[in-house]
Amino acid sequence: MIELALLFAAGCYGVALLMDLWRIAAGPDAADRILALDTMVINVIALLVLYGVWRGTAIYFEAAMLIAMVGFVSTVAYCRFLLRGDIIE
Amino acid sequence: MSMFSEILISFALVVSGIFGFVGSYGLVKLKNTLQRLHAPTKATTLGVGGVLIASMIFFYAETGHISVHELLITLFLFLTAPITANFIAKTYMAQNLRKTDLPESGGDYGWSIYDNAPEEREISEGTPRA
Repeated sequence: MIELALLFAAGCYGVALLMDLWRIAAGPDAADRILALDTMVINVIALLVLYGVWRGTAIYFEAAMLIAMVGFVSTVAYCRFLLRGDIIE
Repeated sequence: MSMFSEILISFALVVSGIFGFVGSYGLVKLKNTLQRLHAPTKATTLGVGGVLIASMIFFYAETGHISVHELLITLFLFLTAPITANFIAKTYMAQNLRKTDLPESGGDYGWSIYDNAPEEREISEGTPRA
């Protein structure tokens, strides 16, 4: 039963990643693209944790934590760059 | 692993998958940028929280002790999601709205998108910056 639920959740997040990709390609605004990239990072974290549950190992949590941190920092840096024309003033 | 924990894990996984899907579907479907900001920042964050809860229950049922990694990731995501949303909204406003589109800020200083921070302004109005 867990395998089926894992497959369903992974399918949902896979389709979600595709829709984020469409928004990155089509988004009329830079803010849309940043938002879609941030959503992609969060979906990839969910997929990593799902893979860790599927394999039954706890190795992937460190990777998920690192991706969460890097994704947050990159989103803030991109927004700062568009807001002020500089990342660290 | 008991039947009860299997049902609990499967339920959390299915609900979180639906939430993640709805978040990205809203990102595609909604019309305005500021409307689109709502779907991923709330629904997707909740979906990831569901996945992490499912993995916590799974590893507790598997090994018998609680792992704290998931709690750390959940805490980090729940702390950073509003900050990200605020920054993206500010970026959109700075790029698409004029200063006259906004009402007065109601405080001593103007909106932070258009005006510098107060201490910086005092420096720039007083002695010239080095």
